Amino acid sequence: MSEKTQDTQTTSAAATRAAGGCFHCGEPCPDDSFALAGRSFCCFGCQTVFSLLQENGLEQFYALNSAPGTRIRTVSAAARWAFLDDPAVAEQLLDFADQTRARVTLHLPAIHCVACVWLLENLFKLHPGIGKVLVNFSRREAAITFAPAQIKFSELAALLAAIGYEPLLTLGETGKAKPASAARKNWLQIGIAAFGFGNIMLMSLPFYFGLDSFNGPWFKWLAGWLSLAMTLPVVVFSAGDFWRAAWFSLRQRAITLEVPIVMGLAAIYLTSVWQVVSHQGPGYCDSLCGLIFFLLCGRLFQKKTYDRLTFDRDYQGFFPLSVVRKTPAGEECVAISRLQVGDRIILRNGELLPADGRLVGGEACIDYSFVTGESEPVACAAGQHLYAGGRQVGGMIEVATVKPVAQSYLATLWNHEAFRKNRDNDLDSLTNRYSRRFTRLVIGVALAAGVFWMFRDAGKALKVFTSVLIVACPCALALAAPLTHGTAQRILARLKIFLKNALVVERMAEVDTIVLDKTGTLTTADARGVQFIGSGKISAAQAGWIGSLARDSTHPNSVRITKSLSFAPLPVTGFRETPGAGIEGEVSGHKILLGSRTWVAGRAGIAEPGSRAACVRSSAAGTGLAATRGGATANPLRAEAAGDAAGSVWVAMDGEICGAFALQNTLRPEVAELIAQLGGRFELALLSGDNEREAARFQKLFGDRAVLKFNQSPADKLNFIRELQQRGRKVMMVGDGLNDAGALRQADVGVAVVEQIGVFSPASDVILDAAELPRLARVLAFSRRAARVVRTGFVISALYNLAGVSIAAAGFLSPIVCAILMPVSSVSVVIFACGATTWAARRGGLRPHPEPALAA
Amino acid sequence: MSVVVLLIVASLAVGLVFLVAFIWSVRSGQYEDTLTPAMRVLLDDAPVPTHLPTAGGDAARSPAPEKQKRGR
Repeated sequence: MSEKTQDTQTTSAAATRAAGGCFHCGEPCPDDSFALAGRSFCCFGCQTVFSLLQENGLEQFYALNSAPGTRIRTVSAAARWAFLDDPAVAEQLLDFADQTRARVTLHLPAIHCVACVWLLENLFKLHPGIGKVLVNFSRREAAITFAPAQIKFSELAALLAAIGYEPLLTLGETGKAKPASAARKNWLQIGIAAFGFGNIMLMSLPFYFGLDSFNGPWFKWLAGWLSLAMTLPVVVFSAGDFWRAAWFSLRQRAITLEVPIVMGLAAIYLTSVWQVVSHQGPGYCDSLCGLIFFLLCGRLFQKKTYDRLTFDRDYQGFFPLSVVRKTPAGEECVAISRLQVGDRIILRNGELLPADGRLVGGEACIDYSFVTGESEPVACAAGQHLYAGGRQVGGMIEVATVKPVAQSYLATLWNHEAFRKNRDNDLDSLTNRYSRRFTRLVIGVALAAGVFWMFRDAGKALKVFTSVLIVACPCALALAAPLTHGTAQRILARLKIFLKNALVVERMAEVDTIVLDKTGTLTTADARGVQFIGSGKISAAQAGWIGSLARDSTHPNSVRITKSLSFAPLPVTGFRETPGAGIEGEVSGHKILLGSRTWVAGRAGIAEPGSRAACVRSSAAGTGLAATRGGATANPLRAEAAGDAAGSVWVAMDGEICGAFALQNTLRPEVAELIAQLGGRFELALLSGDNEREAARFQKLFGDRAVLKFNQSPADKLNFIRELQQRGRKVMMVGDGLNDAGALRQADVGVAVVEQIGVFSPASDVILDAAELPRLARVLAFSRRAARVVRTGFVISALYNLAGVSIAAAGFLSPIVCAILMPVSSVSVVIFACGATTWAARRGGLRPHPEPALAA
Repeated sequence: MSVVVLLIVASLAVGLVFLVAFIWSVRSGQYEDTLTPAMRVLLDDAPVPTHLPTAGGDAARSPAPEKQKRGR
């Protein structure tokens, strides 16, 4: 699935190209100041990339897609990657290295179209030290071979960043073995089963039609032994996982579906060997191989994984790989794994604190929303303890670490037992509950039939006993659940709802309690919450000035303001960003300031009206702002009572403060309807790390029955879920961010709501695109329908088994009956499961999006 | 009669050729990524850097042709 922003970027790129958009990235160009070879560019960064590509004969990049580039907003210094030359870090990241060459697989999130694949695979034209590059589009990865003697690892990373493909390096992702061999083994197993199935069927055909008398007894003998020889690798290698699973479940004193399956497999193979050895016939080798082949296909279908998504991410995945350390010699970039207690680290605006520490210098204003969900940043004084996971908002600070990364406040959450238990064991799944009864029944029937024939015709007793076991092999049963769940998983993936595995469908069907997080899940910070409060409305021209200035900054508040204004971009001169304070620049001859109140007032040369407002996002509702016009002394910051202001950005034009943008968290669209839909069927609860200022509003939304809890720490959330489970509830937790990680993990179904698919999300069972949140009620209804489809599939396969077992118990089972009955039952269950699930999705109003997904 | 034996041997040999081709294609990593090669087909000149030998491992081998047909 292509990333949302990149989708919109490429489509908007195509639209704006005709209107003179940037030749590289397609964004609108403010003027013609950046032009080269008759092409105009929006910024210096895009022009640089174009000239670099042109000089090296890579113009074809622009022929493959219109405006395929990515706008480079911040040119990162090469020093930023210096830590990659540290041998310890390099060893973790490199796949392979010797004296002359090295290979590394880098995650490049900016890969989004065929032109990217082409450019990256032609990277060797940009630098003689780069060899072959192989892109894996669905993983957004590039395997790069390079000569460390000619280009250092850090230089390679800097080069990639310079052309717009900045590698994303996080601690959790590095140093992990790639699970390629498991998938390869599955393919080999299927291929060998298919080979056996096809070739044995060919040799068995004469026997089906009674042609063996024509060929004489030696043909029967040859075909029998050849079949047995070809079946052996199928039974041992292809079906190996079933034997292992059955053995494992028996050791656990549990009966899973694999137990009757391997009972059937063993019965069929041993009967076949006996028949061939005693010259009775060719055996059932064709049916056996076909059965294993179908089972493996079903398993392959169920094992749908999404390369771009990680469902089991621990806290390390959220941390950057490096941090700036202050040493007597100056500042240096150091890998987090090398960080020691007592090190002084430098954090700039927006950077994450990787270990618990003590504030040494600078004005700290820490946003703990990542850890606690509390949306208000906390101002901290020097000497105060800071927790890992906090994000600095404002200027540069210096922190002395007091604990190793692995023992920090955030990491302790992952030491909770909820994270240690294996959640994916399916001993209690619908299929296995059913198979327990099934296995007992089959063994009972087989024994009863054997005993009956013992008295009637002792020679037939053993044959009937094995026949029952053969025909009762629950192939169709084993396919019903994987096919249904796998189909459901694929349908949901097209709706940007990604399930960790197919079993999640079943767990979702059993949910009776839903716990929701507030900040980031039900509410969001988007353009809708931006409101200008000032002496009057801003004119269209003024909106253009403000928007053009804010457009050049990557600060979240700037991005929100840019989105909320409709304007045509104008050239900005003298742009300057003061981290944690604000941005300034001149647009159309007007000097514009955007930023915190203190900073704007100071820059505009207006006396600061007394109050301390250290945080940019300090609590301000913005009421009464008009009074401050021209440096009035009224203090608008006292007006904190007005709603859930997330912050305010002040505006000054030509040395005069004219108002502020109030940035509020707003309820996501259609959330009220969703809660009304869910309220009828499920018990609801709201957990928030935020304070209680919105309690009344949410109580009204959720109704009187729902439990609302505020000021919840991550551990509180986890315990709340566990208490519900101890009361026998099946709980679904819907949350986002690290502060919900424990609760998501503890819940029976953890749903992570993300703004953008493919970026970091906490460990969960379901990753859901935030825009699809209103569909949650329908998704739950769909999962209940899918569970009904599985049950119906069981009934159908039980009917086949009943027919087969009746034939077998009566002593009439022949290879041809077996060869017909088994595929027919399997195929009909496959068709039913896929068809009924698709129909259930349509009836439930879950129609896929019109445009096809590029890469799932 | 012996013609049947001949046919069995011939058919098995053909089947085995495909099986070996399939095993080779899986082991060379052609089933790891089924999306990017489809995009690469659209590009005119396949990148062939010759100045630096490819570092070891399967993933770095040349872009593979289409899937082999499995044994019958």
